[in-house]
Amino acid sequence: MDAYVLQMEGITKAFPGVKALDNVSLSVKKGEIHALCGENGAGKSTLMKILSGVYPAGSFDGNIMIEGKEVSFRNIRESQEAGIAIIYQELALVPEMTVGENIFLSNDLMKKKILNWNNLYAEARKWLDQIGLDIDPQRKLGELTVGKQQLIEIVKALTKHAEILILDEPTAALTESEVAVLMEILQDLKANGVTCIYISHKLNEVMRLADSVTVLRDGRTIDTLSVSDITEDTIVSKMVGRSLTDYFPYEEHEVGDEILRVKNYSFHHKTTGEKMADNVSFMLRKGEILGVSGLMGAGRSELFISLFGGYPGKKSGEVKIDGKSADIKKPSDAISAGLAYVSEDRKRYGLILGMEITKNATLAGLQKVMPRGLIDASLELKEAENITHKLNLKTHSLEAEVEQLSGGNQQKVVLSKWLFTNPKILILDEPTRGIDVGAKSEIYKIINELSQQGVGIIMISSELPEVLGMSDRILVMSDGTISGELPREEATQERVMKLATKGRENHASTISG
Amino acid sequence: MRQQSADEPAEKKSGLSFKFNMQSYALVVALIMIVLIFGMLTGGEFLSSRNLSNLFAQMTVIAVLAIGMTLVIVAGHIDLSVGSLAGLTGGIAAILQVWFGWDTVWSVMAAIVVGALLGLWQGWWVAYRAVPAFIVTLGGMLIFRGILIGISQGQTVAPLNDGFRAIANSHLPYWAGYVLAVVGVVLLFFSAWRNQNKREQLGLMIEYPVKIYGKLLVYAILILLLTYMLNRYNGIPVPLLIVIFFGGLFIFISSKSSFGRYIYAIGGNEEAAALSGINIKRNTLSVFVLMGALAGAAGVILTSRLNAASVSAGEMYELDAIAACVIGGTSLMGGRGNIVGAIIGALIMTSIDNGMSMMNIETFWQSIVKGLILIVAVWIDISSKKQTSAA
Repeated sequence: MDAYVLQMEGITKAFPGVKALDNVSLSVKKGEIHALCGENGAGKSTLMKILSGVYPAGSFDGNIMIEGKEVSFRNIRESQEAGIAIIYQELALVPEMTVGENIFLSNDLMKKKILNWNNLYAEARKWLDQIGLDIDPQRKLGELTVGKQQLIEIVKALTKHAEILILDEPTAALTESEVAVLMEILQDLKANGVTCIYISHKLNEVMRLADSVTVLRDGRTIDTLSVSDITEDTIVSKMVGRSLTDYFPYEEHEVGDEILRVKNYSFHHKTTGEKMADNVSFMLRKGEILGVSGLMGAGRSELFISLFGGYPGKKSGEVKIDGKSADIKKPSDAISAGLAYVSEDRKRYGLILGMEITKNATLAGLQKVMPRGLIDASLELKEAENITHKLNLKTHSLEAEVEQLSGGNQQKVVLSKWLFTNPKILILDEPTRGIDVGAKSEIYKIINELSQQGVGIIMISSELPEVLGMSDRILVMSDGTISGELPREEATQERVMKLATKGRENHASTISG
Repeated sequence: MRQQSADEPAEKKSGLSFKFNMQSYALVVALIMIVLIFGMLTGGEFLSSRNLSNLFAQMTVIAVLAIGMTLVIVAGHIDLSVGSLAGLTGGIAAILQVWFGWDTVWSVMAAIVVGALLGLWQGWWVAYRAVPAFIVTLGGMLIFRGILIGISQGQTVAPLNDGFRAIANSHLPYWAGYVLAVVGVVLLFFSAWRNQNKREQLGLMIEYPVKIYGKLLVYAILILLLTYMLNRYNGIPVPLLIVIFFGGLFIFISSKSSFGRYIYAIGGNEEAAALSGINIKRNTLSVFVLMGALAGAAGVILTSRLNAASVSAGEMYELDAIAACVIGGTSLMGGRGNIVGAIIGALIMTSIDNGMSMMNIETFWQSIVKGLILIVAVWIDISSKKQTSAA
């Protein structure tokens, strides 16, 4: 039983400015299901990219041994040849091709000069049968549900004679019944001697499925445990057990009257019609900083984009701003109601990269620099200068294109744009993602100042210390619902994590119970 | 490297504006070189008053189309139908006048209104039905040409009234030309002075007066010189005035109105623009309406110039207009472009046609040279961008 099929030792990987992995070790026994847990950014994906050759040998330090033999992969192909297959969250399949074509996409069967289609589909049938999938291999892949597509990915991996199967958040997009099928298949594979590394945020699944679990935190291995000896709580405490070393300048400030109330809010996916948020209710006060925590895929960003009028799907429920009910159909409605939304993806949703700083800064409040119905360029420059100066934006010219700025300064331009509209409610989605420490603390300072001026602030963040350090109150989301609410005094990393990792079933039982 | 340098506060603010202007200067330098080369090869004939007058009259239709095309491309779209649309609207104006006896004003209005309505129709498909503009306007190109052939029954419609013919074939009296030129120069200086004052009041950085007024002085000399040259022949051609009018109007719209700003934002990043509260659909629709109206105006000029409407009028003009925009620095990716550049681009394209035909070079060479210039212009643009971002 002690034969390790995979040993990674002393893995250290640095990106410019960040040490993503620091002396990480991972040992996986043959034929087990080994879970890999950790917060967002703990280094799980980086570690798996090293194992699968995405980051080639030489770009990191440390050894990888497969069945006791040291290996060094220069690319993905070499890791595949060694029996490693990785299934990413985003599927690497071609929707327009048939199931059979997808299964053998990078296989020799597809590389012959003349394809023998009958043979290919017969082979595909055989593999599908082997894991008990009743899918016609000649169907177009795009017609299958996401869950089924995920299973096709697994079949594809098996055809490459994968001995180590890595699944990165495989159940994020699956329904309950699909999860059950997946688990059954994984158990079968295990019985056939396939080793599986299972990355998941959903601890209930980990407890149900895995034999052992390795916890990563901040790029280090914290512990490897046998699942039979522990409870979910053990994992949670290992995942978050760090002290608040970062500096969060929380300042006592007055919290005023209610400014926003959302009642029984639900909305649907624009194409599939699936419910993205279910009966969400919460409120926000003047000058309050409301943290919103939850794991990736919990539906936080989508919820607030929808509230802001930027999501096209159907929606229902009640939104009240300053006690008056607000009907927000499009972002311009939200802006005139006093809302501002700083997106998590500033390059995609926040900035016009090829436009000057000045023009980006005034874009959402252009009417303010149009005194006689025409843009007054001097006034515009003046206003842009004022607002960016307040945010301590560093640039040699406000006429420079935003593209040329660093991440932190770009974020300040986005903030400028929204502060220029004088919002009553400011929604910040991952406001410090991808920016350096100095700019971070400046942004925290700005948030504090705004709350002192009475702006209600909603701060969505995946960084727990940030949420705990800055918020007056914390909402935790899981699977499109609010799974809990904690006041500042009661909030701990463990409690937030526990609420965030509630699976769907657990959640259902807390509601009914 | 460029990223870091932008973050560091520099001592002078003028550094960047100089670099920014380099691109527009490159265009002017290219134009001057083309003019000089043709001037030498034709023994000065290219630069004669008569030929300059011809040149400006010739470029009008493409220039008017290129002005509208700049907006379309900046918004992230394309319009392949403008050649057919100019042909159709010009044909409608001619038919109304020649067959139905409408007077010039009403026929011109009808052409522009039909252009705007057909632009509205295309814009609706693009903005509200999300059909790619390439497809909608490719369809439009075929449809409009088909309608033109249908309503004109395949005939050439001619001749037009004197008033209609005058639109593209008359010239300003000499005195009026000089008055206009002087008024233009005075306005230039006045607006620069007012702008400086305003910036000073607001406590903004002011550029060196020598630099600003020096630049204006060069413009003033060019304007007066050109007026003098044109006055040596027949005077300033009215079609050139039409280009200046539309050019000025659309420069104003693109820099002073929220609509103008919004289309740059939409073309630059549609998702970010939408989340900033910009109505993507309505603004996109408006761009196509304006393009249609300008195609109507171009159609009128075309018909007037030829004193006839034919079924093949305006064929391939859409490509000349797009090429003019691209040579003028408009990015097909959207979000970048300017109208002055597009007009200069149209002038470059026309100069090549004009200069080569003066040298009695066979017409097929014109296409070849224009094609090469288009490719090289874009290549220069791309490689200069790469260099600055890698430097």
